Amino acid sequence: MSVVLHTNKLSKAFFGVPAVQDVSISVEAGQILGLVGQNGAGKSTLMNLIGGVVHADSGTMSLHGQPYQPRNPADAFRAGIAFIHQELNLFTNLSIAENIFIESFPTQRRGPFRLIDRSAVHQRTEALLAQVGLALPPNLTIDRISPGERQLVEIAKALHIDASLFILDEPTTSLTNRETERLFALMKQLQAQGKALIYISHILNDVLALADSIAVMRDGQLITQEPVQNFDVGRMISLMVGRSIDHLYPERTSQPSSEILLDVQGVTADGIVKDIALRVHQGEIVGLFGLMGSGRTELARILFGVDGFESGQVILDKRRFTVSVPRESIRSGVAFVTENRREEGLLMDISIHENVALVALPQFCHTPLQIVDQDAAYSSVRQTLNALQLKSGDIRKQPVRSLSGGNQQKVVIAKWLLSKPKLFIMDEPTRGIDVEAKFEIYTIMDQLAGSGSGILFISSELEELMGMCDRIVVMSRGEIVGEFARQAFDAKAILHAAFREGEALT
Amino acid sequence: MKTRPLQSLLRRLLISEYFVLYLTIVMFTGAALIFPQVGLSNTLGLPFNISNQFLNMWPLLAVAVGQTFVLIVGGIDLSQGSIMAITSVVGAMVMSSALDPAMFDRSPFWGTLMRPEGGVLSGSPLAAPVGVLLMLALGIGIGFFNGFVITRFRIAPFMATLVSMIFFSALALWITQSRNIPSLPEDFIRLGTGDIVSVYLGEKTESTIPRREIFSAIAYPTVIAFALAIFGSFLLNRTALGRHMFAIGTNRRSAHISGVPTNRVIILVYMFSGFCAAVSAILYSARLGIGQPSLGNNLLLDIVGAVVIGGTSLFGGKGSIKGTVFGVAFFVLLLNVLNAARLSPFIIDAVKGGIILLAALLDVTRTRLVGQEGQL
Repeated sequence: MSVVLHTNKLSKAFFGVPAVQDVSISVEAGQILGLVGQNGAGKSTLMNLIGGVVHADSGTMSLHGQPYQPRNPADAFRAGIAFIHQELNLFTNLSIAENIFIESFPTQRRGPFRLIDRSAVHQRTEALLAQVGLALPPNLTIDRISPGERQLVEIAKALHIDASLFILDEPTTSLTNRETERLFALMKQLQAQGKALIYISHILNDVLALADSIAVMRDGQLITQEPVQNFDVGRMISLMVGRSIDHLYPERTSQPSSEILLDVQGVTADGIVKDIALRVHQGEIVGLFGLMGSGRTELARILFGVDGFESGQVILDKRRFTVSVPRESIRSGVAFVTENRREEGLLMDISIHENVALVALPQFCHTPLQIVDQDAAYSSVRQTLNALQLKSGDIRKQPVRSLSGGNQQKVVIAKWLLSKPKLFIMDEPTRGIDVEAKFEIYTIMDQLAGSGSGILFISSELEELMGMCDRIVVMSRGEIVGEFARQAFDAKAILHAAFREGEALT
Repeated sequence: MKTRPLQSLLRRLLISEYFVLYLTIVMFTGAALIFPQVGLSNTLGLPFNISNQFLNMWPLLAVAVGQTFVLIVGGIDLSQGSIMAITSVVGAMVMSSALDPAMFDRSPFWGTLMRPEGGVLSGSPLAAPVGVLLMLALGIGIGFFNGFVITRFRIAPFMATLVSMIFFSALALWITQSRNIPSLPEDFIRLGTGDIVSVYLGEKTESTIPRREIFSAIAYPTVIAFALAIFGSFLLNRTALGRHMFAIGTNRRSAHISGVPTNRVIILVYMFSGFCAAVSAILYSARLGIGQPSLGNNLLLDIVGAVVIGGTSLFGGKGSIKGTVFGVAFFVLLLNVLNAARLSPFIIDAVKGGIILLAALLDVTRTRLVGQEGQL
């Protein structure tokens, strides 16, 4: 078999944090390579390197034996690499045919004009759609077809340029069972035609059933690439989890009390979360673990009143809590550190001081005109930021944008601290920040718990949950599927629960 | 990066809040030298012209303060001109003391609200105060309607206020059948023209001074517009409302999650915008002595232009009333210079457009420079 793509010691770091380190893999024609690893293991970065989305710091790639150095995604596409993303790259306002031919339309001379040869486009699109098993008219616009069908259109588009390597990154997350089956059949068919495929998935049983060889990644490094026969689900998980937990986490300095702070009873939002029962005690850090799309973030948003729910109730500090809008949640003593601090956590272009003062502004206001007591606000903000050891210039002038990720996250935490909340919901509070800053954030969490606050700690990094939490609750497909006390923490068991072993399709 | 002294001066000048003020002074002095009509050639021309230009500035300033608020929350209020027209017409309709049947007998309100002997409050001592309050209330009401439509139905501000603009402009024309409403009470007219402090330049040789040689230094419109600007600046910088406005304009989702009552703030802002338009309508109508259905017709470009020149960003989250005051001064004096140069109205509009483009470029350049600063 001939090697289609080979990477040689590829490395890529973001802001000094290595995302991919010395990774060498190869994919052969007519083979499916399964790529597995935890979130943040570096799978997506590796694929972005191959797809020309980001550029390697060091290392080389070769395609069909020739040196390959894509400058941008269009370059990679023209070289015959089809990247089917989690988020699809189709123009929803254009037709299937227009999407397939967007790079270059076949034209015809008509007098002085070069016109698009509509009938050629139509016929060619029909042929391509037939190849991927889609019976849709070529002039249908993308916004009228389902996510699964869109994925097949992407594949048809790749077939149109005669791609030799197909990269599928978590393609089944938004697909129905039938669509998934159809996709798998098509993958087998492409394989039979001698195409090379890289298949990334969290559903390990699917990977086992489809792949010819499997590569496991962890912390940016390739742990192994071996034929599929050498693997079972258990071995894959042990390889993915890897090293044991050392002193990346501060000692927990307090014990949770037996007082219930938050009691979620049977909360259900159709198609999002189902019958959620969850308790957080005072001084307790409860981890909420789940894969992407498991509903953990959605649950957090519901509990804070950003999104609504249909049935069930939430009791906060022994009082029934009508979740309505964030403003009410804040009044009741809930804080929400969102997973995306740029979009929902901070006002990037505004000063650090303004950002921190925003949530607790009512505290510093004198009626009737709501005049802000500037001095009082400033001294509180200053005090809180000092406690968090924020490194910055003049907080009244410096915009948040100019801070590092870790310091930005401290600003987010500071602004919630100022409103003195009883319950903290923290969604991925350490995402994208370096190890040192992570440790500082963990220390703050421990102090918060020590002062009697409850923390609901959402993360896709199992290690940090095991390092910090008193209890870990596991979610999958919108439901709570397991709960582990600190003494019973076991990475394999938690991952097994999250992956819902035995429930995969194939 | 090493910067030479000249570069760094230029840079500081560009970032400075007072850039537009400097620009205004340079432009005006330059123009006064080139076009004698603007100033210096005769001793009385300059103060007369300046005093006149200030009178032009106050109503524009009043309405621009409201637009500044709307732009800061990331919206736009296209309906301000129409709010001015409808409030002017409705106020005048109530206050007028004589209406000519030959002009108004085709109005839908002829014989009910409009009669030959004037409006419902014709001749009453309450005509002016009630008229003013009615105009303000109407402006605030239309602003509320705009804000409500924008927040409740999530219609783009551009669309919602465009609808208001067309509707209320048409309503003003329909009520008056395109005629100006005359005979407004003296008390009201004083709001637009009355002097509080006047200046006479020159030797006092005669016992009486001709009216045309006395220049108003502080007039009612000066006080009213300034009070509004100061109130606006106070709201913006000192109150929770102001802080919330900047938060919404910078990132509405972040603001919402941080507990900012986004919808309430946005509605309040459009109400304030309507209020400012009504104040402006009062100043203009009083100065002209009529209720004018075409008031504010071509003012939109001037308002937005002046505010943007003053450093308020069309993308929201940035702006100040101080900047708007400078922007309005710049715009009014620019117009004065263009008129003095005897350019055709078409060219004047083209130049106005060019100036707004430059202001937008300035906005982008400033953002970039400030961004570089942050990384140092």
